[in-house]
Amino acid sequence: MSANPSERYGLVAEYDTPEAVLEAAHAARKAGFSKMDAYTPHPVEGLDDALGMKPTQLGFVVLGMGLLGAVAGYFMQWYSATTFYPLNIGGRPLHDWPTYVVITFEITVLLSAFTAGLFMIGRNGLPRPYHSIFNTPGFERATRDGYFLCIEQSDPNFDEGRVRELFAGTHPVAVQEVQA
Amino acid sequence: MAVVTGSGTMVETNRVIAPGQTSGLIDDVVNTPVLVGPQRTPTWWWIGFSISLALLGLYLISVVHLITTGVGIFGNNQPVSWAMPIINFVWWIGIGHAGTLISAALLLFRQPWRTSINRFAEAMTIFAVVVAGLYPILHLGRPWVFYWLLPYPNTFGMWPNFRSPLAWDLFAISTYASVSVLFWFIGLIPDLATLRDAAKSRFQKLIYGTLALGWNGSAKAWQRYQRAYLLLAALSFPLVLSVHSTIAMDFAVSQVPGWNNTVMPPYFVAGAVFAGFAMVLLLAIPLRRAYGLQNLITMRHLDNAAKLMLATGMIVVYGYGVELFYAWYSGVEFEIFMAYNRVLGADHGWAFWLLILCNLVAIQPLWFRKVRQTPWALFLISIFVSIGMWLERFVIVVVSLTKDFLPSSWGNYVPTFWDWALYAGSFGLFFTLFFLFIRLLPSIATTEMKELAHHDAHHGSDSYEKIREAYYRGEVPA
Repeated sequence: MSANPSERYGLVAEYDTPEAVLEAAHAARKAGFSKMDAYTPHPVEGLDDALGMKPTQLGFVVLGMGLLGAVAGYFMQWYSATTFYPLNIGGRPLHDWPTYVVITFEITVLLSAFTAGLFMIGRNGLPRPYHSIFNTPGFERATRDGYFLCIEQSDPNFDEGRVRELFAGTHPVAVQEVQA
Repeated sequence: MAVVTGSGTMVETNRVIAPGQTSGLIDDVVNTPVLVGPQRTPTWWWIGFSISLALLGLYLISVVHLITTGVGIFGNNQPVSWAMPIINFVWWIGIGHAGTLISAALLLFRQPWRTSINRFAEAMTIFAVVVAGLYPILHLGRPWVFYWLLPYPNTFGMWPNFRSPLAWDLFAISTYASVSVLFWFIGLIPDLATLRDAAKSRFQKLIYGTLALGWNGSAKAWQRYQRAYLLLAALSFPLVLSVHSTIAMDFAVSQVPGWNNTVMPPYFVAGAVFAGFAMVLLLAIPLRRAYGLQNLITMRHLDNAAKLMLATGMIVVYGYGVELFYAWYSGVEFEIFMAYNRVLGADHGWAFWLLILCNLVAIQPLWFRKVRQTPWALFLISIFVSIGMWLERFVIVVVSLTKDFLPSSWGNYVPTFWDWALYAGSFGLFFTLFFLFIRLLPSIATTEMKELAHHDAHHGSDSYEKIREAYYRGEVPA
């Protein structure tokens, strides 16, 4: 069944090993495709490089939020203890920084951890109830033992014949069209 | 090398994962018991769940009685104002620490054996923290205003005293609880997607599909996921150390003889890991058997957990020694009397010697490989360790408080029925949650197991094991 190309998301090849999908990704990149993604049951080392993906900026975002947490946590304690609500406890100094360490650390960790988790979820576009790739027949194997490579219709170099030819040379288990 | 072909064939192995595991096999073994209909729930599950639920009932009755009557139902009073609620709080939260250590520290140290046990250990952490966190709140006297502890703009114009270890405690525990839940959930997302795709009924597809948030396993998603997971591990590791150090400082910052001691934070952390690994074994040994997970949770895991239990146990025992040495070396009369009272006191001396029996004598068989590889022996030793660690907190909290400075203010402590009822009930809360977890969610991180199995099968991983076997055959020079 061939669909109307305008309603097509892309062409998907299924492989049964991570090595095969990695090899196919390399081949596809060499052939000049850029709008593509691979779908695998577990992370495959080097697959992001093979698909020409830049490293994630997650680490820098987390570092920034962690530093913000540290400053905010320390400030909260300093402001409350010295200015807003000073408590004289046995004449001890109000700005006794060693006692601020624990809470500063906890707030740093709290903010960094939630940034890491929520940034990952948000940038991955989750929660997302619908994605065209789920229209691939047999895509439930992508969380079990199937390794999928999709070259998307929106790729500037997309040409059905060329993509099929490329896939044929990479020994896929199946090649399928996916509806948008 | 025996090749295992079906999920029904099981061999006890010392490898991290039994040979011949494939992605499909792992999914089937782990996910089938989760996805079967209610009528096919195993009998052992119903029995365990019913007992847990009964104990949870006891917990609820105790809590209602506590709230309607007041903290006077407990045995603690001056001079022993901290007793069972604090002992049980520290005990439960200590148990939780092994889960974080397994999932975070062993990930950072690239220990492949973590993968089989991290998911249920993380669940254990969360449930233990839930149980633990409720104790201080219930002990407040007016639990319904517990939010007064938080720094929030309020009409009283007041702020918490951030220089108090009890305020540190609140931050440490709430951060620990929320980060643990996040870490657990992030780890679960790909596994929930696996369940969504394997589910047969529409209801299951809907529930697991919603929880999986639409995860599709794309390369870009995995890239961010792995970075986020690694960072969460790197943040959780120091977090877990900080939590128990902070709890130790609740004691160490005070002036009570036996509490005011710089060894407390590291010694408390070691004790937490010790008790935590005991609980991991208490849960893993029946679980692997009940669900037939011997191919995935192998003898290697039991062996390693036992080794860690032995190592941390010996650190804890060293801590007991340091405490006694410190009492003598300080030259402080009250510290020396405390040490004497702790070891030889007529009231609670028995607790110290029972503690030595549980935490020092009972773990010594773990030096032998044969014991470490005998599940029932490990189970028995773990029970001893759990009791020992409870006694340790009893000795630290109660014995120090009964006789501190002025003989005129000395007193004794006897737990009441409600002290014990709440403690027994807390097991109900913990195990109810745990039984629900093992029935409704995969108790093994299938995604990570697939990666491990693939690595094992194709790249001949477990190279350490191969080298060791070759060494025993005499092929590799020492």
